[in-house]
Amino acid sequence: MSQKLWIQGGRVIDPANQRDEISDVFVIDGRIVETMSETQKSDALKVDASGLVVAPGLVDIHVHFRDPGQTHKEDIRSGSAAAAAGGFTTVVCMPNTSPVCDNAGTIQRIMDKVERESVIKVLPTGCLTIGMNGEHLAPTGQLKAAGVVAMTDDGKCVQSNEIMRRAVEYAKMFDLPIMDHCQDASLTKGAVMNEGEWSLRLGLRGWPKAAEDIIVARNVILSELTGAHIHMQHVSSANSVDILRRAIARGIAVSGEASPHHIEFTDATLEDYDTGFKMNPPLRTDADREALIEGLIDGTLACIATDHAPHTVTEKDQEFDYAPFGIIGLENSLASSLETLYHGKRLSLSAVIALMTHKGAELCKLDAGTLSIGAAADICIFDPDEAWTVDPENFFSKSRNCPWIGRTLRGKVKATYVDGEAVFDGAHILK
Amino acid sequence: MSHLTWNRKHLIGIEALSRQEIETIFTAANAFKKAMEADDKKQPYLAGRTIVNLFLEPSTRTRLAFEVAASRLSADTITVTADASSLTKGESLRDTAQNMAALKADMIIMRHPASGAPNYLSKVIDIPVINAGDGSHSHPTQALLDAFTLIEKLGNLDGKKVTILGDILFSRVARSNIICLQKLGAKVTVAGPSTLVPKGFESMGATVSHDLRYALEDADAVMLLRIQHERQSATHFPSIGEYTSMFGLNKFRAAWLKPEAIIMHPGPINRGVEIDSEVADSSRSVILRQVTNGIVVRMAVLHLCFCAHQKSQIQLPA
Repeated sequence: MSQKLWIQGGRVIDPANQRDEISDVFVIDGRIVETMSETQKSDALKVDASGLVVAPGLVDIHVHFRDPGQTHKEDIRSGSAAAAAGGFTTVVCMPNTSPVCDNAGTIQRIMDKVERESVIKVLPTGCLTIGMNGEHLAPTGQLKAAGVVAMTDDGKCVQSNEIMRRAVEYAKMFDLPIMDHCQDASLTKGAVMNEGEWSLRLGLRGWPKAAEDIIVARNVILSELTGAHIHMQHVSSANSVDILRRAIARGIAVSGEASPHHIEFTDATLEDYDTGFKMNPPLRTDADREALIEGLIDGTLACIATDHAPHTVTEKDQEFDYAPFGIIGLENSLASSLETLYHGKRLSLSAVIALMTHKGAELCKLDAGTLSIGAAADICIFDPDEAWTVDPENFFSKSRNCPWIGRTLRGKVKATYVDGEAVFDGAHILK
Repeated sequence: MSHLTWNRKHLIGIEALSRQEIETIFTAANAFKKAMEADDKKQPYLAGRTIVNLFLEPSTRTRLAFEVAASRLSADTITVTADASSLTKGESLRDTAQNMAALKADMIIMRHPASGAPNYLSKVIDIPVINAGDGSHSHPTQALLDAFTLIEKLGNLDGKKVTILGDILFSRVARSNIICLQKLGAKVTVAGPSTLVPKGFESMGATVSHDLRYALEDADAVMLLRIQHERQSATHFPSIGEYTSMFGLNKFRAAWLKPEAIIMHPGPINRGVEIDSEVADSSRSVILRQVTNGIVVRMAVLHLCFCAHQKSQIQLPA
């Protein structure tokens, strides 16, 4: 007997299909259908979504699940549970695991574990270079065959222009996007925060925006040279947004993403050396924050991605210089983004959902992020106005390095469905 | 009987201090100085107390001055250096400090290579934390003893001009002085090569200059800083020789100063690099006076912070 789900009376927002109406969503056997017969309706599981938003399951193309190798920080089970609790149904994992994802065997191992343990759809990426050392190309074709959806040396930007040029040129043959963590390492030796007034005051080694801008510009030039799609991860600088905007206007195949923390916080949050706000790239100034929001509004930045980067309490509990970079955000990413963009009256609800669903999916050519007829019934039901306080006691992630802890945010996930199956009910993981 | 009020058990930086609080420290330091000059060197206020000097970065002057200050207050002191601590065995700063507290230390004086380390420590420990210099961030007792010395020589600092010359970017002494001197009404100019004296210091209220003559000619005091080889990447300027030729304070350049202007240096000095011997040893130099004042200012800080911790009344030598 087929499984039927009837989500009733919600505000259905499906930006990919320009849909925003009070309506019903019908699911049969894990797929979205247009409608149901009266008989089908009579034995469908009915969910009352009145007063709530019914959206496609959220898509995040930039997370770190630390599996294999650093499963004390996160693993596929805990990371996917955190994602489900945040309304996400598809995430793309970065390859800086241990061992790194520079071979098909490691990808197969991840896929096997996803199959057994994941609550949601978890997709791997492959390293651009062997060992993420920036010297020799990784076996891109074999990685693609094993299931990667993009290539990246995230966290270790390829410094050699020759290697980067060949990597993107080669990946293009396999129709794989390249994601780059834009950082000129020669400009950031020992740096721990944005270079500016606050780094001067705090006596911390500054990280100039130029370190990002130079690589963004390099990637624009290499994309133009090769025709390959290069996606700039977690753009943090106003200049980088400007470089991207001009390149896109010229028809060059580049794109960018913004992280919820970079559009909300600035380097002033480091006033008391709180390692919970230490990440790479670092928080910038208010002008940068504003430029990122403008970039999301005009489409220069195609999507929002969390860069969910778990670290243990012990690792973060030390002197600022010594604590690792990175924060987690999957469980509050929707609420933070809604606060900054929707409640902050910068974007419509539908536009924010687009940035967190089909826009990112399209960059990686994923069949996700819509409620189209026939699509997988990956669904996020949320209340955009319900306020809640971020409390690590309720985290599904193994880690707690979250700068939003203690903050009250509007936007509460009420249920998450993957292939029509409820995986999160607003409080518990159901799978 | 004194009527001083002081409510801080930690001294982490200058930022949080009001002008009145800074003057309270100076009142106490003056009382200790008068007693010291009357050969009444030892005071009883910290008798039976144990102070740990946790020095995780090399130091001569500051460590010795704190040891002398603590012993002049009758405290027992234990000095722990990075090599001799379990930090080299992987123990965290939190655990190291909590063990010291469990060993019933009454105060921790810490020198640390990482900026913000004392801010962190003061949050994880109950006993007073005194910052003896953290990374490039802050060196509050140095700034206080510098201001104390300036007031001794120049009187009230309102409207006085102080030029800090040298490696400002990596200097905790410069940062603390920029803040402290402005709180006391002085105007601060920071001078040196553009890579070590970025324009950004204007956001802290200082005037930024790369023109040595301009920076020196109307100064009431010039404070020299050494080049901090240990903190720099090698890329900030061409060479020590170039630095000396462009920014070293020699007799010729010292003549640009007003006749009554004084010359200061927190030490250690590199003779022939940022300052020539004949300038360092001249009658307008107060470099050794700074060292002596470092004792009484630190006595004042230790005494006031411990009184605040104990919630006891502040007593001073008669």
